[in-house]
Amino acid sequence: MNTNPKNGAVRIGFYICHCGHNIAGMVDCAAVALHIAKLPGVAVSRDYKYMCSDPGQELIQQDIREHQLNRVVVASCSPLLHEHTFRKAVAAGGLNPFYFQMVNIREHDSWVHTDRAEATAKAKSLSHAAVCRVRFHRALETTRVPINPDVLVVGGGIAGIHAALTVANSGKKVFLVERDPSIGGHMAQFDKTFPTLDCAACILTPKMSAVRSHENITLWTYSEVVKVEGYVGNYKVTVRRKPRYVNEELCAGCLECITACVFKEGKFPDEFNVGLSKRKPVYIPFAQAVPPVVVIDPERCLQVRTGKCKKTCIEACADRHAIDFSQKEERVEVQVGNIIVATGFKLFDAKRIPQYGYGHFPNVVTAIELERLVNSSGPTAGEIVLRDGRQPKSVGVILCVGSRDLKTNRWCSRTCCMHSMKLAQLVREHTGADVTVFYMDIRAPGKGYEEFYDKSLKEGIQFVRGRVAEVTDWAMAPEEEGKLVIRVEDTLAGFVRRIPLDMIVLAAGMEPQADSQEVRRMFNMSCGTEGWFLEKHPKLAPVSTFTDGVFIAGCCQGPKDIPDSVAQAGAAAAEAMALVDKGYIEQEPNTAYIVEADCSGCKSCLPLCPYTAILFDDAKQKARINGALCKGCGTCVASCPSGSIRQNLFEDEEIFSEIEGVLAYV
Amino acid sequence: MSDPKWQPRIVAFFCNWCTYTAADLAGVSRLKYAPNVRIIRLMCSGRVDPQFILDALALGADGVLIGGCHLGDCHYAEGNYKTARRFQMLQRLLRDMGIEDQRVRLEWISASEGERVKTVINDMVEQVRALGPLGLPQHREDWDREMAHPAGPARQDEWAGQRAEPEAAHA
Amino acid sequence: MKYSYFPGCSLKGLGRSYEESLLPVMRHLGMELAELNDWNCCGATAYMSVDEGKAAVLAARNLAIAEKAGPEDLMTPCSACYLVLNKTKHNIADYPEINATVQRALGSAHLAYRGSVKVRHPLDMLVHDVGLDVVKEKVVRPLKGLKVAPYYGCQVVRPYATFDDAWNPTTMDRLLATLGAEVVPYPLKTKCCGGSLTGTVPEAGLRLTYILLKEAVRRGADVIATVCPLCQFNLDAYHDQISRRWGPTRIATVYFTQLMGLAFGLPPEQLGLKRNFIPMKPLQAQPTAA
Repeated sequence: MNTNPKNGAVRIGFYICHCGHNIAGMVDCAAVALHIAKLPGVAVSRDYKYMCSDPGQELIQQDIREHQLNRVVVASCSPLLHEHTFRKAVAAGGLNPFYFQMVNIREHDSWVHTDRAEATAKAKSLSHAAVCRVRFHRALETTRVPINPDVLVVGGGIAGIHAALTVANSGKKVFLVERDPSIGGHMAQFDKTFPTLDCAACILTPKMSAVRSHENITLWTYSEVVKVEGYVGNYKVTVRRKPRYVNEELCAGCLECITACVFKEGKFPDEFNVGLSKRKPVYIPFAQAVPPVVVIDPERCLQVRTGKCKKTCIEACADRHAIDFSQKEERVEVQVGNIIVATGFKLFDAKRIPQYGYGHFPNVVTAIELERLVNSSGPTAGEIVLRDGRQPKSVGVILCVGSRDLKTNRWCSRTCCMHSMKLAQLVREHTGADVTVFYMDIRAPGKGYEEFYDKSLKEGIQFVRGRVAEVTDWAMAPEEEGKLVIRVEDTLAGFVRRIPLDMIVLAAGMEPQADSQEVRRMFNMSCGTEGWFLEKHPKLAPVSTFTDGVFIAGCCQGPKDIPDSVAQAGAAAAEAMALVDKGYIEQEPNTAYIVEADCSGCKSCLPLCPYTAILFDDAKQKARINGALCKGCGTCVASCPSGSIRQNLFEDEEIFSEIEGVLAYV
Repeated sequence: MSDPKWQPRIVAFFCNWCTYTAADLAGVSRLKYAPNVRIIRLMCSGRVDPQFILDALALGADGVLIGGCHLGDCHYAEGNYKTARRFQMLQRLLRDMGIEDQRVRLEWISASEGERVKTVINDMVEQVRALGPLGLPQHREDWDREMAHPAGPARQDEWAGQRAEPEAAHA
Repeated sequence: MKYSYFPGCSLKGLGRSYEESLLPVMRHLGMELAELNDWNCCGATAYMSVDEGKAAVLAARNLAIAEKAGPEDLMTPCSACYLVLNKTKHNIADYPEINATVQRALGSAHLAYRGSVKVRHPLDMLVHDVGLDVVKEKVVRPLKGLKVAPYYGCQVVRPYATFDDAWNPTTMDRLLATLGAEVVPYPLKTKCCGGSLTGTVPEAGLRLTYILLKEAVRRGADVIATVCPLCQFNLDAYHDQISRRWGPTRIATVYFTQLMGLAFGLPPEQLGLKRNFIPMKPLQAQPTAA
């Protein structure tokens, strides 16, 4: 059977890759090549060390020319990795790239089995199937889908800001959508950043300002994405704009309305200061907020809730008339070609570890709370104080709170060692207090990080290696009275210690955002087992997702520090820009098509397509598929009772031949 | 009953975005599992035509495994719901044919569940091993031979036996 | 409400006053308790570390008898028995080998255990089945001015915290407050009392007991309320040795049921209070520390 009735004599080139030791270590490649060589239609059958390398690809191209190959099969790694590579190689050799089939004998064979004989038999069987299948392949052309040049960035933290600026600087239009009333994210709450002890606000606010004034960026804060439709190059996104009750164009950021508010003092927990201070219903998140516009909390404002208020805020804004209680929620639609998701992280709730007393003992705080205390524009103007106002003389920092823990979160949150040492240095600098860091391991991998650890040691910060068992207030000795006592096994010293301290700081870890499952469904992404958004490949494609045109950057992909978030943001921007610059994306030609002569007009297929790519031609009484809308799932193909719907690249005969091939006894 | 050297042969249809990727992850993680499964890649579990399953069994497979995304997570929004519906109907047909439930199995495995690929495959191989070979190709040859040579021992008319009782009840 | 009742060895021996106070209190609240007929020692925590299979059989016999007796709920006041019976239930459900051993052994005595018995603690029953409102109604002599440190011990919260929080249980706190007592904040409420170490390795065991007593006195408690016979014994019986080794602490430890009895106006002589080594000060008297 070495002729395909459709295409004439078939001449197949078969190549099995050793992949160094990865495949050859478990599969007898030469034996597979020998077996395949005997199959009808196989003109060439070779094994080679690294098929994806240049010489490997040239081998294929040479054989195409010299042996007049019209089909190529490569047995190596996963097609998800190199199908594209080999298709290009085949095309460069002068053959239509879709005459190519790939066999996965690495991820699905040599890496997962332990018996050489079984692994080789499986490789033979899978290769046999591919050789049978490839006979039925036909020449196909990719279709080009135009890419809308605009880009949507979701999330206005440092990653989102950097991505937006990078794309906007290249001349493209960016929509930056942020759920909070201001951009800046968690970085805006920090005081200094490690390892340089740069002031976080000083390096962040210029970027925030640049976003605001950039002609190519449309900034929508206090807004959320609620629906995403379409596909790469052609996304239609619905954004819900929540009403601030303040007109952004008119507000000058003078804050008079806040002073004038009928609430004489702040009464509600201030989110930016993590509940350490109180705010009024009308507020600005922080002084350097972008946009520098106040916002009115609809759940706390008397006017919004009851309609009965003196509205002193409106009086205070008499000359600008920026306050507008008639504002309503708006839904806006934008068309974009690419989306970068940079929605960040959530902090682990330290109350889940009751042994550390958070929420029970007033002087147990989280690192972010201490960050706000240290910050000179924070609730205590930079004074590090206990709840009763005294300065602490001794501070303990507990690392890995919630992280690296089978009971809570398995992963390492990556930044806590560094930010805890930073806080330790700042506390020592501000107060001269004794600081002890309780750790399991110190992770300081970045540039200048190990030196920062040395600096901490030189400044006299104590490090105790041990997992803290509990923070308690029961005293066993006079010096422990009135203090919080940490009980910990000092593993390097070899005994259990009790250490009395004034203040305990918990380095609570990072977690995925609470609504990460809803968000990822909206963008057609996956989440990993731990809940972070799933990248296409952890090593080679950390910012792409399995959905073309949707990229991820920053902590939403996994815990990381600011340099890595910025790097990923730049990477995601570059990938988006590459698509935009090219202007089109080549769609895999695996679309469905209908053979009109066979269609009986039963309409079974019509309701099946989620992309409404199937239409009914009333005149001809037959179904028709719009190839531009078809995404190639094949659901309609499997359901057609008359078999008149076919799928390119996944024809029935191709799959039946593959089934036959794997079962042909080897 | 069966050749002691017999090994179960299972054909798997995995969807590109979830289960195939999970199988890749299992490979990258160097998890080890039974070598009895041959994976055929499709873009979506919705492409799985029941004929593929029947063909695989008819050609000698002892079991068929279909892998798709979890319901609600299909890369193409709804394909896996169609797979689920078709599978339920196919299962009834298979039962009527006397083919055990454990031989044809539908699993939802997401891209990050490499470990599950391993456990499902190992589990299914053991179940099918316990059931023994399905042996449809051999059966088909036997039936073909029977049809070609009807002059064998007279076979009892099964219907006669069944008809007698209801008549007796009415008498 | 009908319950089966598994006293365990301690409540008939050293922990007699627990039973003496528990039964009248339960009767007063209208709870029907039927002591299991021909119950046996549960094996306590010791037997499990010697032979898991035999220990499971020993404990399971009580579960089988309870299942046969009728009521689904089996009240088990002693903390060790409570833990052992619960652990046995888990082991039978989770480990087929242990289940097989148990069923075989029970079968030879014409018994079987199908897994239906619920092992209940009196605190759980009082707070969740009876309800604190009903308890409050029965209080005729509120324990005003009595400062109580609620001490749960470890076995009712570890490893299974079935009716209360593992780290900060509050059922007894709330119950004592309902009796009118002032509940002292006691961070050591689930810290180990030393258990049987007080007998085998006294330097370690008694030190743990000492820590509990010292903190209770420091927090201003007049009395420690406990749920476990061994805890009660450890906290009550070793004050001489403890004072010699570390320092004086003199505070009485009673069962929470004894306090309930006092609050309900039941005659004190019937509550077993005279069995304490350190007597509890009469209710009106001012509290004194050592």
